[in-house]
Amino acid sequence: MDGLTKCGLSADELADFRRIAGFMIPADATYDVPGADDPLIFADIASSLGVDREDVRAALTSLRQFAGCPLSDMDDGRAERVSFEFLAQQGRPIQTLGRMVLAAYYRDDRVMRSIGREPRAPYPKGHTVPDGDWSLLEVVKARAPIWRDDRKA
Amino acid sequence: MSKNEMVDVLIIGAGASGAAVAWSLADTKMRILCLEQGDWMKPTDYPTNGRDWEARRYTDFEISPNRRARDLDYPINDDNSVMKIANFNGVGGGTILWTAHFPRMHPSDFRVKSLDGVADDWPISYWNLEPYFEQNDRMVGVSGLPGDPGVPPHNPPMPPIPLGRTGTRYGQVMNKLGWHWWPSDVAVATRDYEGRAKCINLGHCTPGCAHGAKASADITYWPLALRAGVELRTRCRVREITTNEHGMASGVVYYDPEGKEVFQPAEVVILASNGVGTPRLLLNSASSRFPNGLANSSGLVGKNLMLHPWPQVRGYVEDEMDGDRGPMTCIWSKQFYETDPERDFVRGYTLQFMRVTGPASEAIQSSLVGHLPWGRDHHRVYRSLVNHRLQIGVACEDLPEEHNRVTLDPVLKDSHGIPAPRIDYTISANCARMMEHGIARATEILEAAGAKNLYTSRTLLNYPGHLLGTCRMGDDPERSVVNAWGRCHDVKNLFVVDGSIWVTSGGVNPTSTIQALALYIADNMKQRLATLFD
Repeated sequence: MDGLTKCGLSADELADFRRIAGFMIPADATYDVPGADDPLIFADIASSLGVDREDVRAALTSLRQFAGCPLSDMDDGRAERVSFEFLAQQGRPIQTLGRMVLAAYYRDDRVMRSIGREPRAPYPKGHTVPDGDWSLLEVVKARAPIWRDDRKA
Repeated sequence: MSKNEMVDVLIIGAGASGAAVAWSLADTKMRILCLEQGDWMKPTDYPTNGRDWEARRYTDFEISPNRRARDLDYPINDDNSVMKIANFNGVGGGTILWTAHFPRMHPSDFRVKSLDGVADDWPISYWNLEPYFEQNDRMVGVSGLPGDPGVPPHNPPMPPIPLGRTGTRYGQVMNKLGWHWWPSDVAVATRDYEGRAKCINLGHCTPGCAHGAKASADITYWPLALRAGVELRTRCRVREITTNEHGMASGVVYYDPEGKEVFQPAEVVILASNGVGTPRLLLNSASSRFPNGLANSSGLVGKNLMLHPWPQVRGYVEDEMDGDRGPMTCIWSKQFYETDPERDFVRGYTLQFMRVTGPASEAIQSSLVGHLPWGRDHHRVYRSLVNHRLQIGVACEDLPEEHNRVTLDPVLKDSHGIPAPRIDYTISANCARMMEHGIARATEILEAAGAKNLYTSRTLLNYPGHLLGTCRMGDDPERSVVNAWGRCHDVKNLFVVDGSIWVTSGGVNPTSTIQALALYIADNMKQRLATLFD
């Protein structure tokens, strides 16, 4: 949870951020995945803000103004509705907030396993790519050249 | 200001062209120094080493220097351009942040005036460059398949990258449509090559290859150039090129890593700073003798900027494709490359068929365009997108127009107080028609592949980082900045070897041709050493 204390957002901002993140990507038992408000995932989101922190803060300020009160003061139904209406406004700060949520969510071990990927960095193991069907090229090989030879112009 | 010892040749910039010219000139045994404002990259620093590999494309490995904003970058005012500027400052330059697609320009690209009545012919031909293309392919280590009827014959030294599921699907569809396709030439090692390991399909080639399979110039030309005696000083940012009483370049003033001003005298200065950095430096080198900027009697320094408009069309198929596994670009099509009088535009484009992005990038990009919803349906929709995407890029030829230009921004400066470049750029009517033609063909291909949920981006992803044309070559000093072998008409010991000398842009990624040109110019210099300044 160290990321939460060092991320540069206030406790109120973090509370709104976490609540809206949970609406953006909710937990889903069908796919056996946590929501973006999961403690580990949200700590990763908060600790990753870096150069985007001010955009995220601007989005959260706009959210508070749009909602008229902290999301925590609303029941789930109203908070969810307000959150989606807010996200539909688009604009750079909201897009940045969305990107921060998605970038951290789609590297969580549980989420990676759910989509059929090993939870690891690409290096050093890499991936296997099937060679493919090279016989498809035979008809292309049979074509006459289509590049324009300037020496014949 | 401190002053260093004189060198014979001073190269400014250690990217694709600077590396090639340094290596080629090294066999003259002249004293050669290269100044690079960036630093060496460490493979262990590349994003694919960590779990945050995708997120870092938006921060320290972002392609826009304005967003990346490393201390080694300089800002660029591209507010008045529909396309944004991409670059990288470091040993290897743009080849660090590079997809390694390695097509050559076509013969017709050098003859657009003669063949199609537009722009200008180059003062050299494809055939002048052909031996240097071959040499560069060997030096860089290019993978590809001989026999392509879409391009002149050539023999890449390594076999092609795998077609994979994605390439196979593209091939099936292109055959159905009866259109040309071929595995792309890529600067990625498909077998162990000259000390580099073969590709292991990290899949995230653009922001640096942690495995060293991608042929960035820091691991191809530079080790050999250094071994041959070239000196490379990093974190040294050149402020201006100085001239003497004879109007010849006398050296440069640069800021060393501690920020101290240093004068570096040189007999010959070579600019290899790309199509934005080179005109910026020439314009920043104005003096009483050269009041409009150095080498700018034609008034063309900075003008005719070409950026390669590059629309993308994507869609999603039902069965699983390669996703981010494997080098990004797998095949190309030259079906629409050459001028066809039946169309409403001249010149043409390459279609590039992509494998595309990783799990987080898919989510981010799909969310941005409204294909991936927030809320309860997020997970179901996401699973129909990730690893199901096909994407085709349309690499359009951009013709030169003087109003597309690099100038000095009156306000913006870099961290050393040097005026930053400003970009003014619009897409021409011919190019706009070409883009729409390419978008329509890409859409046709994707629909024939059974793709749904199609999305076209005309400029959203338009950061190809191809910076061309701002110090064009030519025989007429009134209509060009450098001659047919890269020497400035106005300053006979000043050379330019980067993409700024391009007369036209072709419809291909430029690095292969940039490096072939650098080798060609270096060879010309070596052949003329006794009369270099005549």
